[in-house]
Formats: sequence, structure tokens, C-alpha cells
Amino acid sequence: MNVGRAMSIGCVVPQRVHFTAPLVLKSGAVLPAFDLRYETYGTLNAAKSNAILVCHALSGHHHVAGYYAGQPDNIGWWDNIIGPGRPLDTERFFIVGVNNLGGCHGSTGPADINPATGQHWGADFPVVTVEDWVETQARLADHLGIEAWAAVIGGSLGGMQALQWTLSFPDRVRHSLVIASAAKLSAENIAFNEIARQAILSDPDFHGGNYYVHGTRPLNGLRLARMLGHITYLSDDQMAEKFGRRQRPGAGSYSFDVEFEIESYLRYQGDKFAGLFDANTYLRMTRALDYFDPALAYDGQLTAALASARASFLVVAFSTDWRFSPFRSREIVHALVHNGQPVAYAESSCPHGHDSFLMDDAYYHAVVASYLQRIIL
Amino acid sequence: MLFTTERADFDLIASWVKPDERVLDLGCGDGSLLKRLIAERGAHGYGIEREEAGVQAAIAKGINVIQGDLEQGLSGFDDGTFNHVVLSRTLQTVRHTERLLSEMLRVGREAVVSFPNFAYWKNRMAVMRGRMPVSEDLPYEWFDTPNLRFFTLLDFESLCKKMQLVIRERQVLDEQGKLITEEPNFLGSLAVYRLGR
Repeated sequence: MNVGRAMSIGCVVPQRVHFTAPLVLKSGAVLPAFDLRYETYGTLNAAKSNAILVCHALSGHHHVAGYYAGQPDNIGWWDNIIGPGRPLDTERFFIVGVNNLGGCHGSTGPADINPATGQHWGADFPVVTVEDWVETQARLADHLGIEAWAAVIGGSLGGMQALQWTLSFPDRVRHSLVIASAAKLSAENIAFNEIARQAILSDPDFHGGNYYVHGTRPLNGLRLARMLGHITYLSDDQMAEKFGRRQRPGAGSYSFDVEFEIESYLRYQGDKFAGLFDANTYLRMTRALDYFDPALAYDGQLTAALASARASFLVVAFSTDWRFSPFRSREIVHALVHNGQPVAYAESSCPHGHDSFLMDDAYYHAVVASYLQRIIL
Repeated sequence: MLFTTERADFDLIASWVKPDERVLDLGCGDGSLLKRLIAERGAHGYGIEREEAGVQAAIAKGINVIQGDLEQGLSGFDDGTFNHVVLSRTLQTVRHTERLLSEMLRVGREAVVSFPNFAYWKNRMAVMRGRMPVSEDLPYEWFDTPNLRFFTLLDFESLCKKMQLVIRERQVLDEQGKLITEEPNFLGSLAVYRLGR
């Protein structure tokens, strides 16, 4: 990677595709049709062998890199890893970002109108799974003429999709990059998700998920959910360094106003997120996390579950990440080694906890760049 | 970190690996040995490396490298996963010597161990002159060496006996990498062993 010339992809334009073939979800529910919102960066080569799919995590979307015309501050959520000369080098690869089904950034989701009723989907929008997303992403690949991805990459919930791709479509993904992820959530992790959901479900403005028709939004619940989640994405050391016990000006009022900087930060993050995100989407994204467990159908044997994968793997974890700890990544690695499947594993000491996967950490980015450079197109 | 592309013990180790065998190289550095075993012997190779520079270099070579610390043992790797588990010039840097040797023969059917012989005559001469040895196979000064343990062929074989490890083969090399057959504990600078249970 030539770091010297690494730069942003620049101005990008989102696209949309409408699928009319019915989609049978893992739950058994059927969506008669759906839209996916996506973006692409770089150029698909003639052999269509240089495509990389970027899967997003809980709060992500299709706007992965670059910025929109007239909105220079609206930068993609993973811009630091994508662009000319960056680890996901757009001079070599054709990169696709997609908003997942059930999302709230342009792909069909609970806030949209259900054509069958003329009303917002709301509570009627089905619970979607990682397997369902991979199915819809395969349809997007078909639409783009991509027979097989050179690589599928994602962090956290995105890493679960990168892993599931190798199981759902073993012949359609050559490399899987699973970052800060896990083959299944722990009980503790599901517990955090449950508290986040309860915050939303118990908000009086939630109205059983049909808040759109009431002209309300469960902002308070969503805000609490995000505040809780945010704590789990950071490391204790990093919070101590960033905020410590520093107090706000005028603190010491012996009240429950904002006294400490960390409170101010969490409230700001919660408010910002609640203003932009849909609560029904948040519920479904966390549920997709909970349900993901490819070993379940194999008596809990991850080795058996992964045996059908034909991809090569790069697994990356961060030593300060306690929400998706390195131990969980090593479970994937050890299962692949047991099976004799190709895998490399790197563990970065980036201090930013689970959020490290979004950071411009030199070692982590060098590992991803080194891995992708050896892919033969 | 040593990024030597060729080591004298690599020839021996390569000659012991058969096509399609599974090899785990502990402390694999930039993956040079594994790359050779894959290219020349058709082996299926994995490596464990602690240092970032080694991991990144190995990934750039397309090696199945797993970042980890040997001092943590090999937990997570299943019993009998590998035909050979290699520890090339690394045993002398490890604190938990017995545990690592046991772990190697748990996850592998054979352990291949090479280490510098502290009783090599030039090393003995250095100590006789009152200085710690610095040589081809012990290339560090006493103050910057990663080596924690200094031992000889006899010391190692005594430990093998205590641990009931079977020595299947022993080859000893001088500083130029030539095979030594006589007085190995005196004329040998580097020892390479194949161990089993």
C-alpha cells in the first residue's frame, strides 16, 4: 500500500434497486418485493473478479465511503479504509456498500409503506436475520453481474454477514474478512441487547411499533438504548483517558443534572442517534445479532458448521474489545484450523474497544491491506 | 525479530515433512519456513507469531498465521490436529518450557525442536575466556538477548527422559550448517530433534 497517495474516494452517489421476486425469510415470513439502497466505489473489471462487499454493523448503512455532493461533512462511516491507496484500494477493487433489509437508510424497512395495507410496516415488518441479509445481498450481486465476490468484509454484525456468506454461498465468496465479530453472541451480549430493546419497547411513544401513525417516535427509549450500547463499544481505559471524572462547569449542584463529562457525552451521543435512527430498525438489528448462530444446526459444533466454507479467512480482533472479545474471534479461527481451512488471525492493541474496527489503527489497516494485496484478481 | 530467509535447520525440517501433512510452526516469524514447506513439500501450514511485524509479513506472503503468545499455551487447538509441530530456535526464549513441549505433543503427533547448543566448543571457549558467547547461533549480547534459557544437548535429552518424550531422530549442525556426527555436544552449534510420545 502506498500510504503517501492514500486519499478519499471523493464525491459519491447512492443507488437503488427494486427486487420483485418474493423473498422468503428465515422466519417463514414473505416479502413480495423490496428495495436495496447501495453505493459502489471503483470500477468492476471485465472479468468481474475484483468486487468486495462491505457489510455494515448495527447502526451502519450503504454510505461507507466518500461524501455526497454539497455535503462535504457527510462522510461514509468507513471512509478511512476505502479509497485510492487505502487498504480497500478503489484503484484495484470494486467496492459495494449496501443498507441492509429492515434498515432505515433507504432499503425497505419498518418505516416504509407496506403496499398491501397502504400503512407504514411498523410492527408488521418481519424480523430479519443475518442469513436473510446475505440472501438479499446475493440478489444485489446478481443485479451487478457479480458471480463471486473477491472478498466480503465486515466488522461486528457485519463480520457475521461476512462469515455467513461463506456458508450460504460457498462458491460466491473467495475471501471473508471477519473483524471484531463472533460466531454467536454470549449470554452477556444478548443481555445488553435485551436491555436496549426494553428501553425502546417500554417507551410510551413506541405504541407497539406503530408509532408512525401516532405521529410520535420512541426517542427516549432509542436514546437509552444507544447510551447503553455506546458504553459497551468503548474500553474502560479509553473512557478514563477521555473523560475521567472530569466535571462540567457549574457542577456540584447535588442534583441529577449533567455533572460529569461522561454524562454529557452519553446524552449527546444518545440524542444524536435517536434523531437519525428508527427504533424498529434498532430492534431488528439487535435481534439479528442474537439469533446468529451457524453452529446451532450442528449440535453446537462450529467446526461442523464451517466445514462447507470454501473461502479463505482473515479474522481480526482487538485486545481492548470486551463486547466482541478476541476470545470469540479465536473460536472461529480454531474451528477453521481444526478443519484445515485457510485462515489468518491478527489481534490489534488499538485502545478504542469494540469501536476499534472503525478506527485508523496503523497495524490493523496494514494487516487488512497486506491480506487484500495478495488476492489474485 | 529474525527475518532470515534461510536457516540451516530448515533443510532438515523440510526433509521430514511429507506432501499433504499438516504443520504448525510456533514462532513462525514472517512465515519463511512455512512458505518453503508449502512450496517444496506440499504441506498444509499454519504458524503462530506474537510480533506484529512478523504477523503482517506472514499475511503478506499468504501464510496462515495466527497471532498469539506461545507462553499462553496452545489452548483452542484440538488434540492431534497436526502431523508436525515445529519450534525452530525458539525453545530457549520460552519461560514455560515443559508446558510448551507437552502442548506441542498434544496438538501434534510429532514435535520438531531446534535450539542453540550452549556446550558448543566455541561457546565453552568464550566462557573460559570469561565472556558470554556470541556466535552464529547465539547472535545476541547478554544484555539484549531474547533467550531466557541456556542449555545443552545433554540437558535437553535429560528433560526429554524426565518428560518421557521419545527422541525419534537427532541431527546436529556446526556454525556453517554442516552435519556433525562425532562429539555432537562439543562440535554441534545447533541441534534439531524429532520428538514423539
